[in-house]
Amino acid sequence: MRFKKNIATSDTGFIFNPGSGDSFSSNSIGSEILAFFKEDKSRNEIIELICAKYDVEKNQLEKDLDDFFSQLRDHNLLDE
Amino acid sequence: MEKLRYERPIIKKLNVGFVNKFGTQAKNEVVTNLEGVGVKELIKEFGSPLFVISEKQIRRNYQHASRVFKTRYPKVQFAWSYKTNYLNAVCKVFHQEGSWAEVVSGFEYEKALANGVPGSKIIFNGPDKTDDQLVTAARNNSLIHIDHFDELYSLIKLSEEFQLKPKVAIRVNMDTGIYPRWDRFGFNYENGQAWTAISRIMSCEHLNLVGLHCHIGTFMMESSAYAIAATKLCQLSWDISEKFGRHIQYLDLGGGFPSTNTLKGSYLPGTDTVPGIDQFADAITDVILGFGFRQEELPLLILETGRALIDDAGYLLGTVLANKRLSDGRSSTVMDFGVNSLFTSFWYDHKVTPAQEGGQYTEETVLYGPLCMNIDVIRENVVLPLLKKGDHLVVHKVGAYNMTQWMQFITLRPNIVLLDQSSHPHLIRKAETLEYLESVEIVPHHLSKNS
Ligand SMILES: Cc1ncc(COP(=O)(O)O)c(C=O)c1O
Repeated sequence: MRFKKNIATSDTGFIFNPGSGDSFSSNSIGSEILAFFKEDKSRNEIIELICAKYDVEKNQLEKDLDDFFSQLRDHNLLDE
Repeated sequence: MEKLRYERPIIKKLNVGFVNKFGTQAKNEVVTNLEGVGVKELIKEFGSPLFVISEKQIRRNYQHASRVFKTRYPKVQFAWSYKTNYLNAVCKVFHQEGSWAEVVSGFEYEKALANGVPGSKIIFNGPDKTDDQLVTAARNNSLIHIDHFDELYSLIKLSEEFQLKPKVAIRVNMDTGIYPRWDRFGFNYENGQAWTAISRIMSCEHLNLVGLHCHIGTFMMESSAYAIAATKLCQLSWDISEKFGRHIQYLDLGGGFPSTNTLKGSYLPGTDTVPGIDQFADAITDVILGFGFRQEELPLLILETGRALIDDAGYLLGTVLANKRLSDGRSSTVMDFGVNSLFTSFWYDHKVTPAQEGGQYTEETVLYGPLCMNIDVIRENVVLPLLKKGDHLVVHKVGAYNMTQWMQFITLRPNIVLLDQSSHPHLIRKAETLEYLESVEIVPHHLSKNS
């Protein structure tokens, strides 16, 4: 499961899928995570990085990350 | 290094070319305190969920409505509609402000007496009054509003039997151009039923006809309907005076003024669409003043306004139990209160605001209650910042009909707190306990042993 390669992201949270023409916006933490995806960071690495920077419990983040993945899947932004 | 505030990651699709049906960026209003008292602190002290009532707002509403009517008409009397919210503390605020009581059942009648309302200032409405209650009300000199012929004939019989002379009015139903027509209560104007009832009362020496009553509906959006209602009551009063030489002392126009809640299905919020109380006052008082009564014969105008006087004085505070993603990708939030406590979520799209600062980012979410039932939806669609478990929400304008129509279903009813005029919280109804609930249960002997 990976973020589709051709998808354009910006620091401001704007996301564009040239394949479908759809555009999206994410909150800043969402775009940070997307950037980590693009750098091919693993799930565990992402969790560590976010937990170090933000005031969040690991299990809360894990749950939210799963939800974020399901949103990306719903929006057809993942290569399964 | 201090860590940054966390917000869960989300992504939402931008619909280019479509106007968001919630308008442009939803205002991200946050209500962290009620009249200076922190929501968090209230929940900490009194638990969640929690109903909060503002005494200040009740008094403000009452004084405003009273001023609006009294600056237009010389004789005005409000009667607090108990069913709207019959917590004793609430009723007592209204009575302190000068309200009489309007009740529709025996227990409400007893509550009004116990709240110190003299019998002569209790209006007894409704289709359900037992013989005992009628006799008590007659002996207390209360205003008995007769709803149907069976009641009329019972009252005639009881009055003869017990040598009473009750003060009575009839409830009149009528066409005011509003649908649905509330024609199941009282006597119909157009088909002559009301006049038949009046004639019957006038022919009975035991009954003292003192008033005429109507309640044409609730959450009425048309002030013109009240003008029609006032006209018809004035006409009946005029005819009674002509035909029987009897002066009708009061016209009771009932309740029905809307609060500023947003009715389900309306496109615009209630604050933008609902007529102000002054428009209703204009409609009613213009008719009565212009009808032709002599100054000294102007009837007392009674109003049984309910929700418009209390809705915006009530809040429900609650806590997020969970966030869930639905199968179609929509976000949903489960709260610790449901339609069992917030009955009016069946009628209104209640205004809901977060009680803590959140990020700028918002999402559309479905707000559910905790009940194991599909109908337990607080808001089908509301735009909120990203909430997390343990966050608090404030539901606004819940003062009317919730704390009387709530259901003890699956969860127990929560504490209710009154913020007094200096914002001190007072517990005015304790959260229910299992013990309270079971205090009225009886297990038959043959089932009493636990197996
Ligand atoms: C007879 C009567 N009076 C007054 C009221 C109060 O109505 P509202 O809350 O719409 O003002 C009601 C409510 O149904 C009622 O039935």
